[in-house]
Amino acid sequence: MNIKLKIWRQPNAKSKGRFETYSLTDVSSDMSFLEMLDYLNNNLIREGKEPVAFEHDCREGICGSCGIYINGRAHGPQHRTTTCELRMREFKDGNTITVEPWRAAAFPVIKDLIVDRSPLDKIMQSGGFVTINAGAAQDANSILVNKKNADEAFDSASCIGCGACVAACKNSSAMLFIASKITHLAQFPQGQVETHQRVKAMVAKMDELGFGGCTNTRACEAECPKGISISNIAKLNREFFVAKLKE
Amino acid sequence: MNKLNSKIPEGPLADKWTKHKASLKLINPANKAKLDVIVVGTGLAGSSSASTLGELGYNVKVFCYQDSPRRAHSVAAQGGINAAKNYKNDNDSVYRLFYDMIKGGDFRAREANVYRAAEVSNLVIDHYTALGVPFARDYGGTIDNRSFGGVQVSRTFYAKGQTGQQCLIGAYSALTRQIEAGTVTMYPRREMLDLVIVDGKARGIITRNLVTGEIERHSAHAVVLATGGYGTIYYLSTLALNSNASAAWKAHKKGALFANPSFVQIHPTSIPVMNSYQSKLTLMSESLRNDGRVWVPKQAKDPRKPNDIPEEERDYYLERRYPAFGNLVPRDVASRAAKERCDAGFGVGSTGLSVYLDFRDAIKKKGKKAIENSYGNLFDMYEKISGESPYETPMRIYPAGHYTMGGLWVDYNLMTTIPGLFAVGEANFSDHGANRLGASSLMQCSGDGYFILPYTITDYLADDIKTPRIQTTIPEFERTEKEVKERIDKLLGINGQETATSFHKRLGKIMWDYCGMVRNEEGLKKALVMIKELEEEFWKNLKVTGTGDELNQELEKAGRVADFFELSKLLCIDALNRKESCGAHFREESQTETGEAKRDDENFSFVAAWEYKGEGQEPELHKEELKFEFVKLAERSYK
Repeated sequence: MNIKLKIWRQPNAKSKGRFETYSLTDVSSDMSFLEMLDYLNNNLIREGKEPVAFEHDCREGICGSCGIYINGRAHGPQHRTTTCELRMREFKDGNTITVEPWRAAAFPVIKDLIVDRSPLDKIMQSGGFVTINAGAAQDANSILVNKKNADEAFDSASCIGCGACVAACKNSSAMLFIASKITHLAQFPQGQVETHQRVKAMVAKMDELGFGGCTNTRACEAECPKGISISNIAKLNREFFVAKLKE
Repeated sequence: MNKLNSKIPEGPLADKWTKHKASLKLINPANKAKLDVIVVGTGLAGSSSASTLGELGYNVKVFCYQDSPRRAHSVAAQGGINAAKNYKNDNDSVYRLFYDMIKGGDFRAREANVYRAAEVSNLVIDHYTALGVPFARDYGGTIDNRSFGGVQVSRTFYAKGQTGQQCLIGAYSALTRQIEAGTVTMYPRREMLDLVIVDGKARGIITRNLVTGEIERHSAHAVVLATGGYGTIYYLSTLALNSNASAAWKAHKKGALFANPSFVQIHPTSIPVMNSYQSKLTLMSESLRNDGRVWVPKQAKDPRKPNDIPEEERDYYLERRYPAFGNLVPRDVASRAAKERCDAGFGVGSTGLSVYLDFRDAIKKKGKKAIENSYGNLFDMYEKISGESPYETPMRIYPAGHYTMGGLWVDYNLMTTIPGLFAVGEANFSDHGANRLGASSLMQCSGDGYFILPYTITDYLADDIKTPRIQTTIPEFERTEKEVKERIDKLLGINGQETATSFHKRLGKIMWDYCGMVRNEEGLKKALVMIKELEEEFWKNLKVTGTGDELNQELEKAGRVADFFELSKLLCIDALNRKESCGAHFREESQTETGEAKRDDENFSFVAAWEYKGEGQEPELHKEELKFEFVKLAERSYK
C-alpha cells in the first residue's frame, strides 16, 4: 500500500517544530507501525536526510518506550495496543497518517517524536514503593492475599509507564498512572502499611511537576494500551480522602 | 600462566556459600558512604545490585540507555521465576533445582555457582513478594506455581505472562526509593562507551549522554556491569532492539576474559518471521508448552488447514521423541527438533519455517476460561501480530535467538579478570552452562544483585576504604575519553552509503546461518571469512547521518554494530574450538545416532575463557577445568 505521513519534526527542545510530509510506497500491511518508520528512515538516510527520531526498545508492547500520537490518538487507532504492536493493516491504501509526539506540558519534546517522561519516574520516587530492604522479608507464603485482591493488583500493576494517559488527557493529568500504583500496592497487606503517606506524596508530586487534575473525561482509560480501568482513580480518591481525614 | 582462579571455596557443596560468606570482609557503615560504586544497566541484575548497595550505604551511580530504568529488557521476560520453595509438595529442594540446572546446562557450568543460585532463590521470591510483586495466587491466598521445560516439578512463580515486567517494577520501585534517599544517583539516557582502568583496577567509565552527545567521565571504586546479553548479534531476536554487547565488549578489550561466547540459546517458541522488514521476533512464553502440544503434519507440505488435519495424521514429534518430558523438553532440544522437522519439509505456514503449538486439547479439557487466565495476554499478543486467534487455530512458532549463556568470565565472587570489575546477570557466564532452563534467568539476575554481589563486592572494597574518591581529571580518564571521541569521529567520517541497520541485518544472517542452532567446521570457517569481508565493507561504506553533539540514533546503532562485528568473530572461533556438542551448542560432527547432542567430557569439560590480544590478533584461550565433585556426569536424556 501507499501512504502519506505528516510527521512532527523538531531538532531539539529549544527549537520550534513543524510538520513535514513524506510519501511512502510499497508499505506491507504486515509491518508494524515502527517498522514502517524504520522503512521511512532507511529511505531518508539514503537520501542524505535526517531520519525521524522516535523512542522504542522491546517492540513487543511491554517496555513502554514507544509512544506516538497517531491520527490524534495515543498509540493510534487500535484499542489496547502500543505503537510497536500496531500493524499497518489497521490503515488503508492512500491514507494520510499524522504522527506527533506526546503533547503535555510536563513532557517537553527532546527531538522529533521523543519526549522527556522523567516526571513519571519522579512521581514513583516520591512514594511508589514498599519500604523494605533486601534480606528483611519473611517467607512469601506468610503473607496471604485473597485471590481477588491479587488479581486486581496484577491488573493495576500492568501499567507500563508509557504516558499515554497523560498525553490523551485534556488536562495532562497523571492520575491514572498514580492510581494504578496506589491501587496495586493497596491490595497487599505489606503495601497497606504506608498507603496514606504514599498517596499523599505521589499526588503532591504530580501537582508539583505540572500535571493537571482529573475531570473524569475517561480519555486515559480509553487510550491506555494495557486497559487499566478508571476505577483505579476512584480507589485513589478514596485512599486520598481517608489519608487526609487521618491527618 | 593461568589467569583463571575461580576461587571456589572448599568443603561440601551445601556449605560452600555459608562458609565463604563468613570469610568475606565487612565494612562499617560510615566507611561505606565514602565508597563509590558504578552500576551499568537497570534490568533485574542492575536494579537489584544498585538498590541493595544503596540500602547498605554505598554511594551508587546507575546508568541505563533507556529514558527510565523500568524499561530494561528484563521487563519482557514472560513465563516466570524459579525457586526451590517446594510449595507444591512435589519433593522439590535446593538440591533438585541445582541438579536440574546443572543437567539442563549439559554439565558445562560450575557446580558451586549453580548451587548458590538455587540456594538464594527462595530469598528472592520472599523479597519480591514483600515489594508487592503480584505473583499468581491460589484461592486460599498462597502463591501458585507452574511447571517449566526441563523439570518434573512445579517451581515456577509467575504473574500471568508478565513475570519480568512485574519483578522489574518491584526492583525498580526499590531502586527509586534509594534514588529518593540520595544513596543512588540515576543517569538515564547514557551509554557506556568504555571502561577506565587505573593501576590495573576498574575505576570508572566513559559514557555518552544520548540527548546532548556529551562525552562524560564517571569514576568509582568499583564498577558493576549488568548489561545483559548479546542475542541481538543475530539482528532478529527476541531481545529489545537497543540491547547490545558494547559495554561487555569494551571491558573485554580492556582485559576482562570472555567465557563461552558461542553458548547462545535459541528459544523454540517465537512468532515466526513474516516479512523482510521485520525488526523483531516476539517470544511466546515457554509456559505455553504446559498446555500446548507441538506438532506438524505427518505428510510433508500438507496443504490443509491445521484444524482439518485429523489426529492420526499429526506428528506430535516432541511427545514421540521424548516421551518422559514430551512438550516440556528444554529449549535447545525443542528448537533443534523444530528445525529438524522443518528442514525435512514438514514445516507449516507460507515459508515452511514454523510448527504448530496447539491448545485445542487443553481448551477441551480445562475450558477456555482457564486457558485465558493462564495465557490471556500472550494469546492477545499473538493475535495482534499474526491476525489469528490461538483459541481457534493453533499458533505457529519457530525458534529465535534469545539468551546468551556466555558472557564475561567471573570468579565465585562475580568479579571478572579485571580487579574491581564485576559482572552480574546475563552479562556474566557463570550459572547456565551450555543451556539455560526456563525461568532461571530472572532467578539468577535477582540472586546476583540482591544476595551475592552485595557481599562479595564489600569484601573487595574493604581494601579500598583508605582510597580517596577517584578523580576524573587523571590521565587515564583523559586518554580513554580521547579514544572514545576518536572512534565516534571515525564512524561519523566514513560517509558511505549503507545504514548501520543494513550491515547489522547482513551480519545477523551470517550468524544465524552458520553459528545458530546448528554449527559445523566448514560453515564456521566460512562465516569467519564472510564476517571479515563485511566488516571491511562496514568501515568503508557506512552512512551515519547527523553529528556527535546531538541525539543521534544512527550513531548509537553504528557503534553497537561495529562491536558486534568483533564479537561475532569470537563466537565463531569459540564454536570452532569446541568440537563437541553440548546444550545449545550443536556441532553436526558430534551427534548420537538419533541426532542428539554428543558431549566429549574427556576433552571439553572446561570453560573457554578468551583473552583479547589486540586488533587483528587471534584471541588466546584460557581453560577453566570444570570439576564435578557432587554430581555424576551423565548423558543428558529427556526420553
